[in-house]
Amino acid sequence: MDILLAIAIMALGAVVLGAALGFASIKFKVEGDPLVEKIDAILPQTQCGQCGFPGCKPYAEAIAKGEVDINLCPPGGMEGVQRLADLLGREVKPLEAEEKPKQVARIDENTCIGCTLCIQACPVDAIVGAAKQMHTIIAQQCTGCELCLPPCPVECIHMEVIPETLENWKWKYPVVAIQPVAARPSAKEAA
Amino acid sequence: MLAKLFKFYGGVKPPSNKTLSNQQPIRPAPLPSRLVVPLHQHIGGTPRPLVQAGDPVLKGQKIGEADGWISAAVHAPTSGTVVEVAMHVRPHVSGLESLCVVIEPDGKDEWITHGPADRAAMSPADICQFLQEHGIVGLGGAGFPTHGKLKATPGVPMAELIINAAECEPYITCDDLLMRERADDVVRGIAVFRDMLQPTQVIIGVEDNKPEAIAAMKKAVEAQGETFAVVPVPTLYPAGGAKQLIRVLTGKEVPGAMRSTADMGVQVFNVGTAYAAWRAIGHGEPLISRIVTLTGNVRGAGNVEALIGTPMDELLKLAEPNPDTDGIIMGGPMMGFLVPNEHAPIVKTSNCLIAHSERLFPPKAPEMPCIRCGACARACPHELQPFELYWHARAKDFGKTQQYHIFDCIECGCCAYVCPSRIPLVQYFRFAKSEIWAREKEKKAADEAKQRFEFKQFREEREKAEKAEKLAKAAAAQAAKKAAEAAAASEAPATEQPAEAAADPAEAAKKAAIAAAMARAKAQREAAQPKNTDELTPEQARKMAEIEARRQQAGIVPEPADAQPATTETKPE
Repeated sequence: MDILLAIAIMALGAVVLGAALGFASIKFKVEGDPLVEKIDAILPQTQCGQCGFPGCKPYAEAIAKGEVDINLCPPGGMEGVQRLADLLGREVKPLEAEEKPKQVARIDENTCIGCTLCIQACPVDAIVGAAKQMHTIIAQQCTGCELCLPPCPVECIHMEVIPETLENWKWKYPVVAIQPVAARPSAKEAA
Repeated sequence: MLAKLFKFYGGVKPPSNKTLSNQQPIRPAPLPSRLVVPLHQHIGGTPRPLVQAGDPVLKGQKIGEADGWISAAVHAPTSGTVVEVAMHVRPHVSGLESLCVVIEPDGKDEWITHGPADRAAMSPADICQFLQEHGIVGLGGAGFPTHGKLKATPGVPMAELIINAAECEPYITCDDLLMRERADDVVRGIAVFRDMLQPTQVIIGVEDNKPEAIAAMKKAVEAQGETFAVVPVPTLYPAGGAKQLIRVLTGKEVPGAMRSTADMGVQVFNVGTAYAAWRAIGHGEPLISRIVTLTGNVRGAGNVEALIGTPMDELLKLAEPNPDTDGIIMGGPMMGFLVPNEHAPIVKTSNCLIAHSERLFPPKAPEMPCIRCGACARACPHELQPFELYWHARAKDFGKTQQYHIFDCIECGCCAYVCPSRIPLVQYFRFAKSEIWAREKEKKAADEAKQRFEFKQFREEREKAEKAEKLAKAAAAQAAKKAAEAAAASEAPATEQPAEAAADPAEAAKKAAIAAAMARAKAQREAAQPKNTDELTPEQARKMAEIEARRQQAGIVPEPADAQPATTETKPE
């Protein structure tokens, strides 16, 4: 008799807890994968496709699934790899491609024929122009992804490194100056 | 006058070295060979140039228009010709260039027409506008446009207006000499600020190592019947920091996150700013010159009134620098910096030039490891923990530096001054701060790029959907049109062949359409007449008739070519 009671109590407990869990899983369901969002926040959002994915989000999704390495994003640099490694607890790996300084695209407006191919290629709508009208790049919006270079039939787009100005100048990391040891021979001579 | 002064935490007492330069009266600096006036001399928007190469300018003529509210106009310091508007080196640690107006003086020093402002007819907003138009910015160091500070925060009564005349940095004596010689105009300027802000109390804080200046100010205040309190404050670096001076004079602690002290009913102006404001309001003179201390490794140290845009090396020559001078420090020895290019011009915030030599400023012994003695924490006037900040800044762990309130650091240099390991702490903090700013900017740009990318994707999807919808609509319309046409076509033959039409109207319509097309083609073919049959000679006509006769005999053509075809009546019309 006792054993039946025990089984009944346990069964009741299982039903109640199961119902609670089932309710919670519906009520507190998280839309989307929060890990993808976190990874996406670290990626530089250049949408350049250098990682082999069409944009930063798909790459973030692939990383979250554990399908690809974390070192495929050249615009993010080694720092981005480091931060991804910290977030995911993975090993830091050297970048696949080399790191480049930040650049923006520039259209040679004399050569531009107004074909609109670059406008279609730009992932962030940073190119202004219309058919048979000169195009130009909004430098502030350009992420430097270089996706507009291949479609241009007259090769009038080139990349320019952003120059250092008073607006973007940064204090440098203090370096410890190494003192020259020129005094040593004379000390020897004196001795 | 005041019952009690308060104290701020920490601080240091470096040798003041002020007697070097405060013994002589202010001298006017001679006109330099050329003036390089940077357009961006203050915090805020870069003024837009109003002149171009070749333009003649008069002294006090506006050459740069303020860009936005937090910005101030820039004026020609003397009369002459604009040589160019181009990139020139700025007095900045980076040694980078910015847009400058280069003026070659004509030696006449000819003013534009100017006169005092009619203050009685001006509203506070007009006075703000007037000060902005006359290029008045804070002369204490940061260069915040003055008109931006002349408004009390709504809902907060303005309790104290503080005039910062502490001048706590070693070597600098420009405010000292200004108060000794031009106290009357300074007091008038303070009265303008007082009228604008309506504070309950005006306090002029002067460090007690300037007794002559204190006496001169007290005399001027009394002579003008004002109620300003001239309060000597103990000499302790950095008593001239705005937050420290507020603490010493009022006992109020400014919260670290507070952006404007007006939010707690206190506003602070530099004494030089008050003077410049009065030159503008009382005389109509824009800010085109300032008093600069020339000192350090020189024989003739003193203060000069120099035009904005005077090259530093040219100005320092007035003080006869010793031959072993190897650089110029702009600002004081605590917060100033060695200018990378000595041709850089004087700007509105250049209060002092110190001739640098290894004798005066021996090179720092090499940096040693931190021994965690805590001396920096005892010296920090903001009660921060510089050693903790140093660890995290050095490790580039910027999140941690923010947790330790790196943005409360005023970079006064007290911590580095007392550090027994000679660690350049302030450099680490500046590095960390600018990295954090850069990252925030990058993050913002990335967010914006993401938003634009997502919108583009959304737009492309929408366009695709719209196109598909359009195509579907067009296809439907085409089908409807065909059906209508077919219906119309099927009605015509139906009159002739009702039985067939009734049996299969669609088939009949198709057949009718084909028949009609064939008839049209035939008609077209027949309408094309031979073109060379007019104006024939009788000989040719006879030959043709013969040929036709032969052809008819052979049975090739059943009828003559010009005869109307008998099939016309089969046309549906």
